[in-house]
Amino acid sequence: MAEAKHDAASHAAAPLPWTEIFEWAQALLSGGLILTGAFFVIAGAIGILRMPDFYTRIHAAGMTDTMGAEFILLGLIIQSGFTQTSLKLLLIAFFLFITSPTATHAIAHAAHLSGLKPKLGPYQAPDLDDIGKGDGS
Amino acid sequence: MASVVMVYICVIGAIGMLVGMALLLGRAIIGPTFYDRALAVNSFGTKAVLFLCLFSLIIGRPDGVDIAILYALMNFIATVAILKFFRYRALDVPLAKRPERKTTRKGGRNG
Repeated sequence: MAEAKHDAASHAAAPLPWTEIFEWAQALLSGGLILTGAFFVIAGAIGILRMPDFYTRIHAAGMTDTMGAEFILLGLIIQSGFTQTSLKLLLIAFFLFITSPTATHAIAHAAHLSGLKPKLGPYQAPDLDDIGKGDGS
Repeated sequence: MASVVMVYICVIGAIGMLVGMALLLGRAIIGPTFYDRALAVNSFGTKAVLFLCLFSLIIGRPDGVDIAILYALMNFIATVAILKFFRYRALDVPLAKRPERKTTRKGGRNG
């Protein structure tokens, strides 16, 4: 009985090449993360090129830079495994996670202080004084 | 086989970084204001860091990741320095105003 169980277990486990399965899982996970990050980065670049206004361009740049960079670096960390390179990539991911929103905020703050006005469309938020005096009277 | 697939995916990601850098160069050239150009150059630097990481892992020499760390730090410092220089026209200006100078200036204006 025990022998039969052991035979069945070994028979079931033998044809599975676990190292290859782990390699493929690593490759597919890191590949999916890198492709997602590349999609975000290209979307951010298109947004910077095509958006009509400086502040909307800042929105496109600041969001996608952080997210795409983190995805790509996470994919590279998974690909390189437990090595020194992985630690350096983690360091880059940490620096970019701190400095990228800070730089975007610095640019937006400098533009706001220099008096650059956002481009406003036909639908604006009404002033607080005009709300009471509106259509009701 | 799996490593070959990883290398191909890294090549696709590196080509995506190059496409993004080309688009950002377009915005840096045609940008109407200075701040558009600063934003495009900052984002260009981030994408250059990512391209450097991908490329150094594609060619199998992870030494390029060190250069990517250096470039990531220098990119941030250069952006802040350029913004400060174009605001104050000099780099030797404290970001927070000193109270002594303020009082002396006010006294000078009043007197």
